[in-house]
Amino acid sequence: MNSDPSNLTAPNETCANCSVWRSANLKKLGVNMEQWDYVVALAGNPNTGKSTVFNALTGLRQHTGNWPGKTVTRAEGGFAYGGKRYKLVDLPGTYSLLSTSLDEEVARDFILFGQPDVTLVVADATRLERNLNLVLQVLEITDRVVLCLNLMDEARRHGVKVDDRQLARDLGVPVVPTTARAGEGLPDLLQVIADVAESKIKPRPYRLTNEPPMLKAALNELVAQIERAHPGLPNARWVAMRLLGGDESLAKALREGTLGELAQTQPERVIA
Amino acid sequence: MNEASTIPSATDILENARRLRREIPGDVHEHIVEAIYADAARIADRAVSRPDRGARPTFDRALDRVLTSRLWGFPIMLLLFALMFWITIIGANAPSGWLATLLVDNGWPWLRDVAAAVGLPAWLNGLLVDGMYLSMAWVISVMLPPMAIFFPLFTILEDFGYLPRVAFNLDRLFKSVGAHGKQSMSTMMGFGCNAAGVVATRIIDSPRERLIAIITNNFALCNGRWPTQILIASIFIGALVPAHWAGLVSAGAVTAVALLGLLFTLVVSWVLSKSVLKGEVSAFSLELPPYRPPAIWRTLYTSLIDRTLFVLWRAIVFAVPAGAVIWLISNVTVGDATLAHWLIRNIDPLGFVLGLNGVILIAYVVAIPANEIVVPTILMLTVLVAGVHGVGEGAGVMFELDSDSATKAILDAGGWTLLTAVNLMLFSLLHNPCSTTIYTIYKETGSVKWTAISTLLPLAIGFTVTFTVATIWRWLA
Repeated sequence: MNSDPSNLTAPNETCANCSVWRSANLKKLGVNMEQWDYVVALAGNPNTGKSTVFNALTGLRQHTGNWPGKTVTRAEGGFAYGGKRYKLVDLPGTYSLLSTSLDEEVARDFILFGQPDVTLVVADATRLERNLNLVLQVLEITDRVVLCLNLMDEARRHGVKVDDRQLARDLGVPVVPTTARAGEGLPDLLQVIADVAESKIKPRPYRLTNEPPMLKAALNELVAQIERAHPGLPNARWVAMRLLGGDESLAKALREGTLGELAQTQPERVIA
Repeated sequence: MNEASTIPSATDILENARRLRREIPGDVHEHIVEAIYADAARIADRAVSRPDRGARPTFDRALDRVLTSRLWGFPIMLLLFALMFWITIIGANAPSGWLATLLVDNGWPWLRDVAAAVGLPAWLNGLLVDGMYLSMAWVISVMLPPMAIFFPLFTILEDFGYLPRVAFNLDRLFKSVGAHGKQSMSTMMGFGCNAAGVVATRIIDSPRERLIAIITNNFALCNGRWPTQILIASIFIGALVPAHWAGLVSAGAVTAVALLGLLFTLVVSWVLSKSVLKGEVSAFSLELPPYRPPAIWRTLYTSLIDRTLFVLWRAIVFAVPAGAVIWLISNVTVGDATLAHWLIRNIDPLGFVLGLNGVILIAYVVAIPANEIVVPTILMLTVLVAGVHGVGEGAGVMFELDSDSATKAILDAGGWTLLTAVNLMLFSLLHNPCSTTIYTIYKETGSVKWTAISTLLPLAIGFTVTFTVATIWRWLA
């Protein structure tokens, strides 16, 4: 690892622990990244500053519009931090992962099948409730989630206070308040992404609790069956939920064995 | 529970899921969505505290009330767009003149001399300097100034958060013609680039409404066509009125063409949704993001890099080989005339019927890869074929004037009238999409049939409209 040029040696220990030093340690690589240690997916509602976060982390300057639905395809970029190379994949901004429009499918398929090491969800601090709908759906799919509470400057301007610690406790995943446009909170964000990627932080995500009892029983039965068919599948509960909801594309993935492959690749990924 | 030893197959699981779904009262999907919403509300409530319950500051709301009002929404929209065109038109003329002086008046003869001095054969000199260099010089001097002014203005408006308000205003119209409200967003994207607009239709989940949005996206004037509109409007339409009104009137003409595009979007959407693409209108909610103060310097930087230089580069890349082709067909003689003469002579009758001319039609064939090079191609062909003498030949006869008048002099020599200009503006709005957009449509629809319809329908409309205008015009004259 020390041969990596980006792993600069700090003059002393205090320096090494300082966030300014850490962010200086961040090496921006742009798109041409041949190999990487971790893959980070970037999800979030439209117009939460997702593309701004993407640009800030990768050093790319894609135009970011004040415009919901600016990104409908996947953009990829990379950065190095703490001697590891990260590939960042910007997913289309969506309000949910439950409907059938193409942009939501792109986002959902990547989180489900792309198996990112970390899924970074960018949320608008001024519209937390609506943003949490998506966050909760992502938490159903994957454990390795970091919530980036963006647009804190706007929240402050509107007099909105968000207790990020309370939120982190309730959601069971790290929450980092940021103002990506001004670069505020990005050093912390990088550190938390690294900690989750390297499993130094193991999120225990919140899972839905108040579905109707009938649904809960059906879910448990289906989960047991799916887990028997595909041991090691990381998100059997979510798959069960979607199958019960009548999701055709997941039914197709199940029939074609794409889900099964997912289960097989899973253990390797955990070791790596 | 009793079959723990056997591994269930995919069919077992799917069947079981289907059975369980039937057993659960109500709609499972809705139960799940409700559960998520309830949890989100509860968790958000514990974390968020706000002193005032007002969701948005009053300034935003007051501004929204005006910008999206039924009475003022459209007039303000028209005024803002006209203002942008006006600033572009009055601002671009002088720098266009400087660039033309530099690149055409002085650069062209200089390069010719250099080429002659190093002993290049005449044909190579012609191909490189008269063909490739000249077309590039024209692309830069004609297109760079309007783009460098227009795109940053447009981007500032976008960053401020105005475009979603425009989409909100248009939403009602789109729904009333049986299309998806989100089509207003993809149309807005189309005003930048139609290929991007076609990709943006992915936000529409109903295939029927998505197809309507894809087919009609081409009626939104794109980056490559704005400069043509702005240039022709300032040369011909602006010249009809006293000088101090010229900028305003040309801006009005460009706004009118953009509005006409919108009208065609709506009419064609309506016809499609009543005929081949019949169906229900889906509902959706459009989020109005907060207004944000645009970061001016970053906006200038990104719009220069992402749009201006991107479009300019694309234009140059296509213009240079096009310049070579134009030079070749203007210099290769078949029988008694050059190839270009032959082509133009044969297409001229069709051009005349459409109120255009052969040069314009050939330019549109050459410009299939990029709409950006239409005007430079027309200028090249007119100069090389229609016998405009003395252009840039050391003396710089034409280009002593500012660039717009110089362009007008060339076009006048090519036999242009006001009708030609008006119909060129119409045809620039109503013709086939560029090859990038056509390819994108094919990738998005996966259907040759719908790609062909999206390509040929606007062309057919363009022929019909220009023919009708030309016929009526001549009948009145």
